[in-house]
Amino acid sequence: MNTAHRYALSVTGLVGFLVFWEAISQSGWISTTLLPPPSSIAPSLVSEIQEGIWHWMVWASFRHYAIGFFIGSFLGVTLGVLVALFPKVEASQAWLARVLRPIPPLAWIPFAIIWFGISETAAAFIISIGIFWINYFTAMAAVQAVDKDLIEVARAFGHRTFPALLKKVILPGAAPGILSGLRAGLGQGWMTVVAAELFGIEGIGQRMMEASGLLATDVVILYMFSIALLYGISDYIFVSIQNKILAWQR
Amino acid sequence: MAKVIETEDLSVAFGEGDGQNIIFRHLNISVEAGEFVTLVGVSGAGKSTLLRVIADLIPPYEGSVKIDTPQDRARRRIAMVFQSANLMPWRKIGDNVGLGLEGIEVSPEQCRERVRSTLDLVGLGDFSDRWPYQLSGGQRQRVGIARALAVDPDILLMDEPFGALDAITRIALQDELLRIWRETKKSVLFVTHDIEEAVYLGDRVLLLGDRPAHIVNEYKIDIARSQRREGENFMRKVEEVKAGLVDAMALSDGAA
Ligand SMILES: Nc1ncnc2c1ncn2[C@@H]1O[C@H](COP(=O)(O)OP(=O)(O)OP(=O)(O)O)[C@@H](O)[C@H]1O
Ligand SMILES: [Mg+2]
Repeated sequence: MNTAHRYALSVTGLVGFLVFWEAISQSGWISTTLLPPPSSIAPSLVSEIQEGIWHWMVWASFRHYAIGFFIGSFLGVTLGVLVALFPKVEASQAWLARVLRPIPPLAWIPFAIIWFGISETAAAFIISIGIFWINYFTAMAAVQAVDKDLIEVARAFGHRTFPALLKKVILPGAAPGILSGLRAGLGQGWMTVVAAELFGIEGIGQRMMEASGLLATDVVILYMFSIALLYGISDYIFVSIQNKILAWQR
Repeated sequence: MAKVIETEDLSVAFGEGDGQNIIFRHLNISVEAGEFVTLVGVSGAGKSTLLRVIADLIPPYEGSVKIDTPQDRARRRIAMVFQSANLMPWRKIGDNVGLGLEGIEVSPEQCRERVRSTLDLVGLGDFSDRWPYQLSGGQRQRVGIARALAVDPDILLMDEPFGALDAITRIALQDELLRIWRETKKSVLFVTHDIEEAVYLGDRVLLLGDRPAHIVNEYKIDIARSQRREGENFMRKVEEVKAGLVDAMALSDGAA
């Protein structure tokens, strides 16, 4: 299957889905409030933009998302790498991680509000939690899986200090794993953005709550698509960077 | 002649307690400056392990390894060719060859020149900008050889470096190695499964065997190298070492 063929199939799949959905909506079987047709998205987008809401909300959500993503990724990767490198740290976190890990990011909402108020920080905090765990575990596994033979080679050629081994073998060797963790976090982050804003922090999530209260389901759908678009763009950019960094992989 | 490598009652063991596995015990071997020593022995005898202790990659369990070579900041004292090429997949071929040059006092120009000339030497002059995955197994193995030669070491430890190569490339590289060795007066400790290769290359052949391993036999090869590919004396020596290896295997089977 060549690239063009693949591309054509992907477009067909998406367009087919939209046409099917439009047909069901138009057929009148289901009220357009329960299932607004995709063709209603464009008019809602225009009106949301005219009222100055859309870009404002998208920008607010993007801020929460970006801050949460960077903090969660940075801490997750750093701690994951450290834990993998030092067996004592690994042992001391083993049970602690088991206790904290299963708590869903949204369960932290009450504490986020108590600690940070109804604020951007609170939203970023909640978003960062899910991203943190993904990166923590993938970075740890990636470092643990680095080829020991290559560490031996580096040592044999005179690179025996810890910083030298980290720079020349451990980080490049763990890069594929770390990058795939970052990418998973990129998607996970958008999934928590909406939820983190449901309790009144300005952003897409808040606007969706408002709209659903007014039964303006077309607006809800508009923002669902907006998230999909934002995720699509960020994932596309990430993958192009990733491919550059990992050009050495076949 | 000065000894550049000397082991004193060297023992190496893996594991601890009941599961401890002593690979060799009280091993005393030495390599003199400028000497070419080959090491043969059955699979699992501990040849790679011996090279590893000498290169200070694993610690001795008992005894010690003495390395006596002049210090020179623009070179490395020891370099190793590993049994499997072990290239870093994220480095282009040229950068893999340059690995050991990072951190010693060579200028960037010298560095490029050494990488280029050693890659030429192993017949891969045009491959500098490729990724390791784009090379065949034998080509990667040759990059491993270039990587060791690039640091211009006094001691060259080679672990079956020609194992993955076809007969023609192998013969060419054997002769190339002998030429480099003669010109640069390096000391070489060379592990091989191939007895003809051991007798062809070495001033001395060491036979490592039994369990825990020790040097069960040692053969001095006093045949001029020009007479070595074939000829009565060469063949006789090869047969002699082969017989020794068979005896050594019988010995370890008896022990097991
Ligand atoms: N890291 C290790 N941990 C435990 N045992 C090891 C380790 N490395 C090697 N051994 C054992 O030490 C013995 C010698 O291994 P070594 O690799 O030195 O053999 P070798 O003579 O090089 O064999 P071959 O000719 O097959 O390469 C083997 O029995 C092997 O199982
Ligand atoms: Mg071996």
